[in-house]
Amino acid sequence: MEQFSAFFLQHREAIFIVILSIFLGIEVISHVPAILHTPLMSGANAIHGVVIIGAIIVMGHADTTGSMILGFLAVVLGTLNVVGGFVVTDRMLEMFKKKK
Amino acid sequence: MDGISPFPFGITILEITYVIASVLFVIGLKMLSHPLTARRGNILAAFGMGFAIIATILFHKKDGEPIGNIPLIIVAIAVGTVIGWVIAKKVKMTAMPQLVSFFNGMGGAAAALISMMEFPHISPDLIARTGMANGHVLAILLGLMIGTISWAGSMIAFGKLDGWIGDMRIKAMKYVNLTILTVLFGFIAFIMTRDVQASSELTPLIYIMFAIAVVYGVLFVMPIGGADMPVVISLLNSFTGVAAAMGGFLYNNQAMLTGGILVGSAGTILTILMCKAMNRSLLNVIAGVFGGGGKSNIAEGGTVKEISLSDAAVLLSYSKKVVIVPGYGLAVAQAQHICHELDKLLDEKGVEVKYAIHPVAGRMPGHMNVLLAEADVPYEQLIESDEINPDLPNTDVLIVIGANDVVNPAAEDDPSSPIFGMPIIKARDAKNIIVMKRGMGKGYAAIENMLFFNEKTRMLFGDAKNTLQNLVNEIKSL
Repeated sequence: MEQFSAFFLQHREAIFIVILSIFLGIEVISHVPAILHTPLMSGANAIHGVVIIGAIIVMGHADTTGSMILGFLAVVLGTLNVVGGFVVTDRMLEMFKKKK
Repeated sequence: MDGISPFPFGITILEITYVIASVLFVIGLKMLSHPLTARRGNILAAFGMGFAIIATILFHKKDGEPIGNIPLIIVAIAVGTVIGWVIAKKVKMTAMPQLVSFFNGMGGAAAALISMMEFPHISPDLIARTGMANGHVLAILLGLMIGTISWAGSMIAFGKLDGWIGDMRIKAMKYVNLTILTVLFGFIAFIMTRDVQASSELTPLIYIMFAIAVVYGVLFVMPIGGADMPVVISLLNSFTGVAAAMGGFLYNNQAMLTGGILVGSAGTILTILMCKAMNRSLLNVIAGVFGGGGKSNIAEGGTVKEISLSDAAVLLSYSKKVVIVPGYGLAVAQAQHICHELDKLLDEKGVEVKYAIHPVAGRMPGHMNVLLAEADVPYEQLIESDEINPDLPNTDVLIVIGANDVVNPAAEDDPSSPIFGMPIIKARDAKNIIVMKRGMGKGYAAIENMLFFNEKTRMLFGDAKNTLQNLVNEIKSL
């Protein structure tokens, strides 16, 4: 029990953010029309590319060659996720604008 | 800058940027769910991401140490940007689902790599204080597990959608997967209860765990039928979101935390919405029951009747109302442009042409809308199935182009059919039905379609693009 309260109190801000973000995520997209499912999935896909921040931090403190290589790889993959995700979403959505 | 001050300038800028980025993610996602604002929403979220990345490189400090290796980081970002940009711009619209899956996998892999690199560097102070059982270790292990599963699973989904990996269905798969999943959680529990001075002593365990997670990711997606792949991609998408959030937990980074969890929860809801559109439960999808698992008791057979191109041309030209039901066959044949030509031609002859879009037509919900929009088909001509169904009895000709399961009456008639209960386009209500198909193969769900044997149905066999082209020529020459 003590371990649990220590954990909870130490991380309560993060836990708050997690819980509120869950509700936010549900609320934000619950009324999306079916035609936007694919672009929305793709857009959300790009947003979780935020993992690149972690990759940059890891790479920024890498000291051995091995961690340097892995860090480099992580940044490249994270960037692929971000850039590819946003560009592909934009390409899909570009087609919707030509409505008559 | 002023490293002595307890509130250094750089960190303030960094944290403010993270707040702005998080707000832009939320607003971007919100705008993405409305057709008119979607594109701006995407760009807004991209700006948020850009700010967060730049601020991290410039201002982030870990134990007072600024980010090093900046030239290499910039090279890595440049490499990723060029590759990502080129792939995203070059790939055909029909390959969109596998592309989303591919990029999703990259994010998962990045999350897994971060965990692998951070694990040996867990602060010895922390371990001395709490042992291995602390939130830090848990975040690393969960990030590794979820990120790896998402990566491996996405790659398999990518391969399946691209057609170079087939389905693998073994009845025992469910139990095998459940066992592996238990083992993975066992690993987490085992690592967290070890009594060590430094986490690096346990590093080999991390690699074993990584390998098992790869196996799980592969086996998790292998048995799932192609028609269910969008649901799986959406699910893996939310997995990667959670993996990214674990990174946020690890670095006490609010941008990663909000961004990751937001996608995790939005992705889960989206997954459920997709399942609803197919009238299936998520569990059902994961267990891989769809497509071949269930046996329909409708006997095969009956005879199909073909129609000649000239007859089809005449039939269409003298109709009042025509409804086109496009499916994935239309997409793979790249026939959306010629299809639009057909509808314009008929429109000039005074025929009213509408498209009936099933929510899961194509390989992803909304996929068909994207493809038809690419071919300049006006938005107003695309009608969702619920709306068009009551109108079908007044429809003179209904053309099914490369669609199968979404018009299969078994969904209404045959309780033993695996797709029973799925909302369909009630094609058989139309006065005449023309089905364009490559051959008598079954649809993605691999079940017999009685619509093809209906007495009102006429078949036009061949590649959708060629057939449509010939049909257009035929109508022009009338």
